[in-house]
Amino acid sequence: MTPRLQLRGISKSYPGVLANDDISLSVLPGEIHAVLGENGAGKSTLMKIIYGATPADGGQILCDGREVPEHGPAVSRELGIEMVYQHFALFESITVVENIALSMPGRMDLKGLAVKVREVSEKYGLPIDPDRLVLSLSVGERQRVEIVRCLLRQPKLLILDEPTSVLTPQAVRKLFETLRKLSDEGCSILYISHKLDEVRELCHSATVLRGGRVTGETDPRTTTSADLARMMVGSDLPEMLLQPSELSTAPLLSVDNLNMASESHVGTSLTSIRLEAYGGEIVGIAGVSGNGQGELAAAISGERIASAAEDIVLEGRPVGHLDAGRRRDLGLGFVPEERLGRGAVPPYELSENALLTAHRKGMVKHGMADRNKARDFTMQVIDKYSVKAHGPDAKAHGLSGGNLQKFIMGREIELSPKVLLVSQPTWGVDVGAAAYVRQTLIDLSRSGRAVIVISEELEELFEICDRLYVISNGALSQSLNRSETNVEEIGLLMAATGSRDQDAEQRAEDMKYAV
Amino acid sequence: MELFISIFVATIVAATPLVFAALGELVVEKSGVLNLGIEGMMLVGAAFGVWAHFAGLSMPVALLTAVLSGAVVSLLFGVLALTFMTNQYAAGLALAIFGTGVSAFVGRGFGSTPVEAIQPLHFPVLSDIPVIGPMLFQFDPLVYFSFVMFALVTWFLYRTKAGLALRAIGESPDSAHAIGYPVIKIRYLAVMFGGAMAGLGGAYLSLVYTPLWVENMTAGRGWISLALVVFAAWRPLRVMIGAWLFGGMTILQLQGQAMGVSVPSEVLSALPYLATIVVLVLISQNRKAMALDFPVSLAQPFRPRG
Repeated sequence: MTPRLQLRGISKSYPGVLANDDISLSVLPGEIHAVLGENGAGKSTLMKIIYGATPADGGQILCDGREVPEHGPAVSRELGIEMVYQHFALFESITVVENIALSMPGRMDLKGLAVKVREVSEKYGLPIDPDRLVLSLSVGERQRVEIVRCLLRQPKLLILDEPTSVLTPQAVRKLFETLRKLSDEGCSILYISHKLDEVRELCHSATVLRGGRVTGETDPRTTTSADLARMMVGSDLPEMLLQPSELSTAPLLSVDNLNMASESHVGTSLTSIRLEAYGGEIVGIAGVSGNGQGELAAAISGERIASAAEDIVLEGRPVGHLDAGRRRDLGLGFVPEERLGRGAVPPYELSENALLTAHRKGMVKHGMADRNKARDFTMQVIDKYSVKAHGPDAKAHGLSGGNLQKFIMGREIELSPKVLLVSQPTWGVDVGAAAYVRQTLIDLSRSGRAVIVISEELEELFEICDRLYVISNGALSQSLNRSETNVEEIGLLMAATGSRDQDAEQRAEDMKYAV
Repeated sequence: MELFISIFVATIVAATPLVFAALGELVVEKSGVLNLGIEGMMLVGAAFGVWAHFAGLSMPVALLTAVLSGAVVSLLFGVLALTFMTNQYAAGLALAIFGTGVSAFVGRGFGSTPVEAIQPLHFPVLSDIPVIGPMLFQFDPLVYFSFVMFALVTWFLYRTKAGLALRAIGESPDSAHAIGYPVIKIRYLAVMFGGAMAGLGGAYLSLVYTPLWVENMTAGRGWISLALVVFAAWRPLRVMIGAWLFGGMTILQLQGQAMGVSVPSEVLSALPYLATIVVLVLISQNRKAMALDFPVSLAQPFRPRG
């Protein structure tokens, strides 16, 4: 069989970096082919070259056996290559069908297009309403729009860049069904990921990249995760060290009967939240995305003050009425899930970003910032938390997700918080950095601090937490000891009370498509 | 009744230059570009219209001259803001000052010489209907044209693919670029359209409304147009309502001054500006609706990547 896509010796270098070094791979019609690698391994560059968004320095691209001469996104579309980006190129202020119309050639016929969108979305189990504003869609729904947009062009090769990083476990399962169906119909799929389990479950073959080179070509169905990880990382992943620890006698943080009304109709209201975190433990908060995690983080960190002083108690001191800055002063650290824009200011240097919260370490005197101190502190964080950055004056948005996360975590931990609240600690972070971040959290808790982790990745929570709560529809479950519970129980709790009307409707809708 | 009719008619006429200028700016801002230079472009249009008139050109050609002069002078802003990606606020302010100067230079010598104004139309039968005739069918052609432009702009923005693309660019030029739309080119066209409309608005002042050339004759109408677009929450119909409100207040305060209301005339003259802004602020309180129509990339220079 002629391969749908064949790469021969693709190379690409950027100033100072060899992003792709002599890469070859081939994808057969109907094959789901994984490109595995850590962030920075050269996956994204390779995909851009295949899609024609950036030219290669050398090498050949063959499509259906013929060489692609002058490449570009327009050529790709003619060849039937479509790409679903990790960060969607959707416009929020217009409807789904208008978004799709913008990327279709020729005259605009919104009504006809809406019919086609419905057909495709039904056929592939990707329920979307073409007339809804993108503004009101969840990330998962937005991804469906992107995929439907590609499918409308009847692609021969579909490229997906880290498609599951924004999805719930259920949504991932549904996406896989869709992809398998496409593959059965003969559409080839290039699946870019760093999640080993997914690749092993879905893909027929895998090309592993490390440092811009191919380090392995395997059948992921018959290769163990450990082997795949070794090819990706180049060494064995460190085992998590989770030693039992001494708990503090009183909780460092306790939340008692906290209620907070939602700010908008798309948000979730929190109802009688009760939670305790003792020094020496990691407490996890599991739940399906959009069940009040964001609101809970805002309420505990003090970004939103919606409670009486006594609702939140930090080391015996009521703090519910204090703002985020005052709570930080008292030792409540917070690492939000959005690194760029909330955890750090993207165009600012690392040392300036350090100042934003670490000014508490005496970097400000008489209202003036002491830049040298900030630089020293930043250097210290970079060294201690092995952040890959060229120095304290590196811009935050120039760092990879994993390195920026290590920097932000380091910045907060160096402030020696009594309680550290972390939201989605390893979201979009490569395997190596994720393991590092988790170990850092464990070490912090073992030094007698309380750590609260809000995460949508159950595996992660089971790996590092001592106790778990499940958040569902703005309410928190009883506390569960990790050693006495299992994924099934947590899964039931996630779904049990999580019957917001909208969700129920959505599930009914999903069922309809599933049948 | 007579008084009401005359106030109504005068209101519509007074609002017309604002309608042109603000509709033009609306399209510019919807594409994500903020051109603060409306005042300058209006003055350039006003001056070139008068210049063409005294050069012996016919009225339609004089108007066309004004339109072209507005579009050409807006290119100055376009080159600075779009090609050289300078700060749009600064480039717009520069255009406002530059336009004021150029208009004073071009208008030199025509100062206060009356222009033979464009006359109101007279439709057979229709114009002679009592009340309705004088209220609706005795305007000059440009007033009707302003309504045509309102309809065209609304249709373009919300019914055509090009308008959809323009709004999409206003929200996220990067995404629009990624799916293959020529962001800079479309923004240039929008800026020129805005310039042309401002030029027409200015010419309406010097060739119909006043009708003669006086330095700085726009008297802040360019700035009011800017405010109209913002407080109208980037919606064409609200822009019209705001313009009429401003026109109405202008006429009412003139009436007040004529009747000798015992309020200093300076205060009365300030009323239209104040009232327009207050009302528009009040109706733009719905933040959620605002968020939908606000061009997110407004005033941010676009650099194509990759």
